[in-house]
Amino acid sequence: MSAVRNVALAVWDFVVGDDWITAAGVAVAIAITAVIASAGAAAWWVMPVAVLALLVQSVGRALRGG
Amino acid sequence: MSGAELGLAVSVFLACAVEAVEALTIVLAMGSTRSWRSTWYGVAAATVALAVVVAIVGPALTALPLGVLRVVVGGLLLVFGLQWLRKAILRAAGLKALHDEAALFAEETERARAQAPGHERAGIDPYAFTVSFKGVLLEGLEVVFIVLTFGANQHRIGLAAVAAVAAVAVVVAVGFAVRAPLARVPENALKFAVGVMLTSFGTFWSAEGAGAHWPGGDAALLVIIPGLLIAALTIVSWLRRAAASKLVEGSA
Repeated sequence: MSAVRNVALAVWDFVVGDDWITAAGVAVAIAITAVIASAGAAAWWVMPVAVLALLVQSVGRALRGG
Repeated sequence: MSGAELGLAVSVFLACAVEAVEALTIVLAMGSTRSWRSTWYGVAAATVALAVVVAIVGPALTALPLGVLRVVVGGLLLVFGLQWLRKAILRAAGLKALHDEAALFAEETERARAQAPGHERAGIDPYAFTVSFKGVLLEGLEVVFIVLTFGANQHRIGLAAVAAVAAVAVVVAVGFAVRAPLARVPENALKFAVGVMLTSFGTFWSAEGAGAHWPGGDAALLVIIPGLLIAALTIVSWLRRAAASKLVEGSA
């Protein structure tokens, strides 16, 4: 069991790294895009706006040492 | 070759070149200070481990339906690309130390020399083996990740693999020709470019996978990539100005 846990932790560390807020933000932005697109409205703009916001917050948090 | 395929090949080549430069520094440090034989065994073992990862993850990724694949791959590329871009922005703004291969090489060789010879097992120096294995595996995993995600999404894993092999071959050939770490490669500029490409493709594919339709289809990438580059450079410029004005305030 600990081997599975170690692999899961290594994968998490490899993909998400030290910035889980950005990963969570990406997941939320994809979900919002899917909801808007399924309602038949234009949803392409959600990801670019979310990516810029996530980049700025990620840099800001790194500067604050968070 | 279409624009998207060219983007794939360039992104994979640049990303793999950067990772290969970092792995080369470790391999050269171990080989020149400890034992070339043990270092090569470490490199070979890491290559086998990477091949196993490709054999397991590759077919699993390509078996996913296109919509799911684009969401998964786009999301992963975004998470990965945003981290590359954040670090590259901080380095370009002078707020994070630049990656210095010459310094890393000196550090690794000093650590390797300070390490006691240890017990050789089957003629292998465990220190050189382990360090070269870990170095190649960790840098190689990033290469594998980028090749599989980019390649699977465009059903061009072969093209992505060729770009990756070409990058590694060029770096290894140059590295062994000069017998020194490639300290003059503009690593941060390359990482900046790769961060922009990974994030741009991630943005495009994740939105498509979630059901959005880009105005102009694939041509939207021609707006997303330069748009993100300009945004990232604007952040760098703003951070530099903020740091300079803080410096002036501090000295006043």
